[in-house]
Amino acid sequence: MTRKMDDTTRYHRLRERYLNGDLDRRNFLGLLGAAGLAYGVQTPFAKYAHAAAEQVRFDGWGGVVSEAFREYAFDPYTAATGVNVVDGTFGGADEYLSRVKASQPGEFNIAHLSGVFDYVRYHNLELSSELNEANIPNLGNVIPALVDVLRKPTGGSLSAVPYDYGTTGLAYNRKYISDEEMQEKGAMLLIDPAYKGKIGGWGEWKTRVWYAALQTGQNPNGIEDVDAVWDAIRAHRDLALKYWSSGAELMSLLAEEEIYVTEAWSGRVKALQDQGHDIGYYDPPGGLGWQECLFVLRGSPMPECEELLNFMLETETAIAVAEGQNYPPALDPNKVELTDKVKALPAFDPSGTLAGLNFFDPPYWNGKEAEWSKTFGRVQKGY
Amino acid sequence: MSVETREARQPWILLSPALSAVALLLFVPLAFIAVYSFWLRTATGADQVGFYLDNWAEALIDPFYRDILLNTLKIAAITTLVCAVMGYPAAYFIARSKGNKAILLLLLMLPFWISYIIRTMSWINILGVSGAVNWVLTGTGIVDEPIQMLYNQTTVILGLVHFLLPFMVLNVFVSLDGIDTTLEDAANSLGATRWQAFLQVTLPLSLPGLAAGGLLCFVLGAGTYITPLVLGGPRDAMFANLVFEAIITQLNWPLGSALSLMLLAVLGALVLLYNRYLGMAQLMKGLG
Repeated sequence: MTRKMDDTTRYHRLRERYLNGDLDRRNFLGLLGAAGLAYGVQTPFAKYAHAAAEQVRFDGWGGVVSEAFREYAFDPYTAATGVNVVDGTFGGADEYLSRVKASQPGEFNIAHLSGVFDYVRYHNLELSSELNEANIPNLGNVIPALVDVLRKPTGGSLSAVPYDYGTTGLAYNRKYISDEEMQEKGAMLLIDPAYKGKIGGWGEWKTRVWYAALQTGQNPNGIEDVDAVWDAIRAHRDLALKYWSSGAELMSLLAEEEIYVTEAWSGRVKALQDQGHDIGYYDPPGGLGWQECLFVLRGSPMPECEELLNFMLETETAIAVAEGQNYPPALDPNKVELTDKVKALPAFDPSGTLAGLNFFDPPYWNGKEAEWSKTFGRVQKGY
Repeated sequence: MSVETREARQPWILLSPALSAVALLLFVPLAFIAVYSFWLRTATGADQVGFYLDNWAEALIDPFYRDILLNTLKIAAITTLVCAVMGYPAAYFIARSKGNKAILLLLLMLPFWISYIIRTMSWINILGVSGAVNWVLTGTGIVDEPIQMLYNQTTVILGLVHFLLPFMVLNVFVSLDGIDTTLEDAANSLGATRWQAFLQVTLPLSLPGLAAGGLLCFVLGAGTYITPLVLGGPRDAMFANLVFEAIITQLNWPLGSALSLMLLAVLGALVLLYNRYLGMAQLMKGLG
């Protein structure tokens, strides 16, 4: 067995060689200087890893979600452990991944990411960690289906805990589109020439491909005629007024009646409905479900992060966040008593099985990412 | 050390903080970007270190990038022209106004106190279906249904003009303010009409300012990505949007690096041309 040599031993050996005459004075001092320089250069970066035990950085979507986390999880966690939580925000998973990629290990610790696609993406980039589940007893309250799907890509272990879920269904202005018409046409409404100039869409390649697969009668997790899918995306592009790029923009376009129909995130439509807008929401057959997770990045202080995850999975915290962002928590309704408000959220599954939702199949979609995201970038711009 | 040697070193010593900042914040990052442009993105999104010309071949040969680049230059050129036509009279008015010049200049700077993104998004409340213009048009019975005005190339140019007009006005103002007004009087006394005096005396003398403003508007306009994102439709992307997509959405830093260097080269060539024929001094005056 080899034993790792510490710096003091290294110095003693070097000094011994100098005193024995194996090294001349110039080389001895030169090597000491080089060691000092190396220490000076690495210290600013190493501090993130060393300081992590005193603080944990969390990055999320900001707004009411961050406020709920701060009140119900971060502050009690700091009071109990003395570990400070640095709360950062990001505008999107892609932007956050770029920041993580440019950072040093340990600089970012926990992120509120979309699963399972991003979970696999981070794992493929060697950014995943391995959680000690014994330190997260509240994980036992989470819907098993959401946990199992995260285990597969990481060989049975977890690098994240599921936190909430929702759907990307169809939002429509009921002043112009009836419930009957929506249920009859479903995803085809997004390529209905009758609504040219009043159709919107998320400018994200996975969602566009998923809905185009539905429009061409294909299984989104096993597309056979990809040319037909690109044609459907082109048809949608030519009828669309705008590709939206954020939840706020989606809400603005619907509320201002710039568009009458688009795919939309269930929680955002609920927020619009709560504001009094007559916006309908419909999950078409084969519609898209997703989950969000709390991902722990490689190089993070694991015991501290695991304890924070446990705080965040406390029933009270998870429900407060769910009510704030209008997405059901990942807590299993068979094990935890949820509030009436949570039970009324769109996409909420009282059975706790999520059997009725369709998710991205990670191996399939992550394998297509490089090719399809690039092709969509071109199709989106008129090619 | 001789006095001559010391004197020769002094400017470099004084310049060293600025030179260090330029080297560290501009040339070193640029060198990183240049190195990155020769790497490759693997299927998982990780970078493959090496010396590959694939990104450059794609960026230079693929007509997709060429077309978007040409469209970007076209939008920047139209924006610059509109800024010149709108900005020159405003700058002339400020330069020739008596007494309230400072207030007018302050008003010109006022938009800079508000975030560029907020200013861009304000057009949604003005030109949107439920916006101010449609509210007036439908309220007064001029139209029955709101007019769709947003999310096209025109609104992208409008947003850019809104953003860039102060740069044009400031540059032209600096140029006009430095012209001796008695020259116009002299032209008038020699029989020229006011219009002729303007065309043959004032306008030629103010051309350096107009060119400096034009260069700034063009370069800033060609490099923007927020405006087409907020005010453009599906087909109104500009070249900087491609860089953003390559780096952020596709996590293809090597290709994004090649594309950003390509844009830098095109705009840099323009700046060099400007410097060759007009010099940078006027631009510095305008920025100062």
